[in-house]
Amino acid sequence: MTTQDELLGQLVDEKYKYGFVTDIESEAAPKGMNEDIIRFISAKKEEPSWLLEWRLSAYRAWTQMHEPRWSKLDYPAIDYQDAHYYSAPKATEKLKSLDEVDPELLETYKKLGIPIREQELLAGVEPTVAVDAVFDSVSVATTFKKKLAEVGVIFCPISEAVREHPELVRKYLGSVVPVTDNFYATLNSAAFTDGSFVYIPKGVRCPMELSTYFRINAANTGQFERTLIIADAGSYVSYLEGCTAPKRDENQLHAAVVELVALDDAEIKYSTVQNWYPGDENGKGGIYNFVTKRGACRGRNSKISWTQVETGSAITWKYPSCILQGDNSVGEFYSVAIANNYQQADTGTKMIHIGRNTKSRIVSKGISAGHGQNTYRGLVRVLPRAEGARNYTQCDSLLIGSSCGAHTVPYIESRNPGATIEHEASTAKISDDQLFYCRQRGIPQEEAVSLIVNGFCREVMQQLPMEFAVEAQKLIGISLEGSVG
Amino acid sequence: MLEIKNLFASAGDRQILKDLSLTVPTGEVHAIMGPNGAGKSTLSYILAGRDGYEVTGGEVLLDGEDILSLAPEDRAAKGMFLGFQYPVEIPGVPTTTFLRMALNAVRKARGERELDAIEFLRLLKTKTKLLGVTEDMLKRALNVGFSGGEKKRNEVLQMAILEPRLAVLDETDSGLDIDALRIVAEGCNALRSPERSMLIITHYQRLLNYIVPDRIHVLAQGAIQRSGGKELALELEEKGYAEFGGEAA
Repeated sequence: MTTQDELLGQLVDEKYKYGFVTDIESEAAPKGMNEDIIRFISAKKEEPSWLLEWRLSAYRAWTQMHEPRWSKLDYPAIDYQDAHYYSAPKATEKLKSLDEVDPELLETYKKLGIPIREQELLAGVEPTVAVDAVFDSVSVATTFKKKLAEVGVIFCPISEAVREHPELVRKYLGSVVPVTDNFYATLNSAAFTDGSFVYIPKGVRCPMELSTYFRINAANTGQFERTLIIADAGSYVSYLEGCTAPKRDENQLHAAVVELVALDDAEIKYSTVQNWYPGDENGKGGIYNFVTKRGACRGRNSKISWTQVETGSAITWKYPSCILQGDNSVGEFYSVAIANNYQQADTGTKMIHIGRNTKSRIVSKGISAGHGQNTYRGLVRVLPRAEGARNYTQCDSLLIGSSCGAHTVPYIESRNPGATIEHEASTAKISDDQLFYCRQRGIPQEEAVSLIVNGFCREVMQQLPMEFAVEAQKLIGISLEGSVG
Repeated sequence: MLEIKNLFASAGDRQILKDLSLTVPTGEVHAIMGPNGAGKSTLSYILAGRDGYEVTGGEVLLDGEDILSLAPEDRAAKGMFLGFQYPVEIPGVPTTTFLRMALNAVRKARGERELDAIEFLRLLKTKTKLLGVTEDMLKRALNVGFSGGEKKRNEVLQMAILEPRLAVLDETDSGLDIDALRIVAEGCNALRSPERSMLIITHYQRLLNYIVPDRIHVLAQGAIQRSGGKELALELEEKGYAEFGGEAA
């Protein structure tokens, strides 16, 4: 006997099959990863055949690869065939007003000082009141685009770049993070659906932070983002991704790839504020974030600077790196990573010194609270030709409470005897003395924790673009709420 | 006005304060002197609400209101200020930032308007002159790398900005050379006010040459053993604390 449920199930399956095989208009692909899914994604994006082939080669490599297990992260096995790799962007029902939004979420928005209209956008409220806001953001975006176009900067979704600027995409895509680089990057290469493309022409200083515009669009960022930024000779760009507002996402698995290319005398500053859902206070739920970010300083005197503030995700696996190929090139990595409750972060950087007189600077601030586990993992490698290479690494950990952990795993490999490599590390606890002192002066406990932690992270926070630094500071306080007392 | 009535307190198994009573009327400056281990610092911590001490009896009233059940920050909002013997370092937090945050936290708790950066800097300028606090000091992280004298000047500066109803100064003279002592004392004297009670805790008579108190109390064995006028300090300097069961001064 067939029950109603089973019938319904069959119907649903059939619909998927139907939509999947013959109907390109369908908005979702069934669960799982296979060549058909990739063809589906590629067709949806109207991609040229070279890109489809590129994706397929990634997929074939991926099937032969294994998930890396060398990190200090503990999580249950992920069933990669149980995930959706393509779905319509906004399937969720729109809410009527902010009254219907989870009050806890609203409270956090308030603490971050996010304007009401932006709150509505973020929470997915039906734009009855927010029509202006949506209209505004579109018009603002248009204004930005015009301004950027005047100086020849290309800034668009990567799928658009594939159509409009195939020569650039083809030349640089996968040139920093090769298709078979690692398990997650390879999966991303096969399945990426979204992301940004930036090209700064020769000698152009990008007239604005590419943050503001991106932030307006941030509500729609995808699960497998692919970002490619090229700074041509003598150009400069500052790019900010992410959002301080807490974001919940049905997709637990995230695997982004970011590639940066800096040619002669070019500079790229890439800042991230990441606040994905970290799971609840018992460690239930939360995003798994496996990210591959790498920048190539290809040209002489080029510079790439990564700044990250990582407060979200249940699992963070992320090592923004610099390949210092051009002589006199400079790589920087400034990081704040917070692991509270049951969050786990294994993050750091790789600085590969290839060119002469290359310099790198690493400042990592890890904060562990609750049962959080925070690992700094960093590689400094100096190749034989890298005459006069210099690295400075500073790696500080702050512990709050007695059930959390901080771990530092530096790898240093120098094959040039003339290289200078410095590594400093420290571990400290927020002391009762500090907290009492602040409270005696009238500063409530949670604000005191936030103040002390922000002091600890100051060197990194100073690297953030001004308008975001303030929000990021508040975010750090919010992320650590309830961690003391 | 501070009124301590029959206060009993312990830390762990140790009874530290035993039936201590003391009143500091508004507008007066009192000093507490006593041998090491008499419970002087404990008293200051209990007044400010530090964890780790258990009050087993008695009351502490600030302007008539019992403050013992209040959190430290709420006591601060009521006008309680403790000048620390060992001011705490907070790396990465500029002194100015800390000062403004403290003042605004207290103002907020009192339902007053918070000061913006410009208003605060204006206020800060008027307060720093007297204490010889330099701009460089204000930019540096709170107490980090400060000399002993700078730390204590910073404490007095905080008192000047927070304008407390009750200021308890715990061994403010410790670790100061004579010049620094004079500056700190002048700062304190400038804050004597008919609106304020001050309680100066010290082991030595030296500080009281500069800040002349209205009354002096001897704290030993967990209670006030004797009270008197400013001349009591000289007597203690001469005879020590032996008669109160403590070691010589």
